[in-house]
Amino acid sequence: MRIKADTGACVGSGQCVLTEPAVFDQDDDGLVALLTDHPDDQSAAQARHAVTLCPSRALSILQE
Amino acid sequence: MTKNVAGLELPVERDCPFSPPAAYELLRGQAPISNVRLTSGGEAWWVSGHEEARAVLADGRFSSDKRKNGFPLFTLDAATLQQLRSQPPLMLGMDGPEHSAARRSVIGEFTVKRLAALRPRIQDIVDHFIDDMLAADQRPVDLVQALSLPVPSLVICELLGVPYTDHDFFQSRTTMMVRRTSLEDRQRAFAELRAYIDDLITRKESESGDDLFGRQIARQRQEGALDHAGLVSLAFLLLTAGHETTANMISLGVVGLLSHPEQLALVKADPGRTPMAVEELLRYFTIADGVTSRLATEDVEIGGVSIKAGEGVIVSMLSANWDPAAFKDPAELDVERGARHHVAFGFGPHQCLGQNLARMELQIVFDTLFRRIPTLRLAAPAEGLPFKSDAVIYGVHELPVTW
Repeated sequence: MRIKADTGACVGSGQCVLTEPAVFDQDDDGLVALLTDHPDDQSAAQARHAVTLCPSRALSILQE
Repeated sequence: MTKNVAGLELPVERDCPFSPPAAYELLRGQAPISNVRLTSGGEAWWVSGHEEARAVLADGRFSSDKRKNGFPLFTLDAATLQQLRSQPPLMLGMDGPEHSAARRSVIGEFTVKRLAALRPRIQDIVDHFIDDMLAADQRPVDLVQALSLPVPSLVICELLGVPYTDHDFFQSRTTMMVRRTSLEDRQRAFAELRAYIDDLITRKESESGDDLFGRQIARQRQEGALDHAGLVSLAFLLLTAGHETTANMISLGVVGLLSHPEQLALVKADPGRTPMAVEELLRYFTIADGVTSRLATEDVEIGGVSIKAGEGVIVSMLSANWDPAAFKDPAELDVERGARHHVAFGFGPHQCLGQNLARMELQIVFDTLFRRIPTLRLAAPAEGLPFKSDAVIYGVHELPVTW
């Protein structure tokens, strides 16, 4: 699985970090920072959930 | 516009304290987006469906600027709108790049990591007010005054650098402002609070404090120019939104759990369930229903409906959160359902800035309250409580509890 984060669209709601902190982080300005763009099997389901929860649609799945 | 429902006027008050008005069900049953008449005059699109609500709120073709002609007056009346027009806009009423710049200047203060660092202090604050409750000579105790209001008020005061000694002042003005009745009182409350915050920011501009506003002021100076009016608007928003909403959710959450003993038992048995319970309570009560109104700036096709530029749209977060297509058996309070996709904090670029602070406060309060006072119970029947059916932000005015 490969995911992409668009910091231009990010509004810093932190939903992704709350959902899967092993994949998503926020920088000091509050914007999304990926810890990995290849979530492992353990994180994949939660990473997918985070993509659907993002309020500004800043996250996308490039490849399943 | 195509009329799906003729003659129905909104807003309507909640007739049962634990569920949306019957009219909401009626409208959603007919279509996820319908046309309604507003008590304030005019018509608007009413968005009932969960999927459609998220689509509208995430779509940049809808404006949040309440000062624009044609903006639907739902929770606002014409006089309040007049007042809004005379002030610099709050972040809630900005669009596009202006909104993005304003939001980006503060989101660093509300990251999940920054908030996690506040957890021990919030726990201390909650314990302190529960100590006072336990030490009180008299029962029942009004939970609103003993816990629900003081906890988020003190937390937001410390975060923003507002003196907590002024809490009676700003709490009473905020409560007044979000009531739907007594226009004069509301306008006076708004003006008094605005003046208080203006003074506070002026004082902060001459000090150097290590709080959110101290940092904002330092940052603005570094970047060139101080935006006094913008800081006042930001402080107004963060202070009012930071205590009134969370206070109402604490009270309603306690009422919800005490009225569903089997759900409370699940939470008590495993505090690991508390975060999920908080999401479910946020969904179930959706206290800020109707604040998410928009104005179409272009023709937009959503949910099979074509909305024309200049038409008003009201997204009902309460209706969306009770949409059976998104939440099975929505009338059931089910702390284990997994309700994270609710829209109680809104959706799109305006989604609540303080949502993760609110989540943390609610989790700590519910865990601590039911652990320290396991026999806590309502001292009056839930149905008879003075619910804020007349307010923009739902809640209870008083909550007598005993143990």
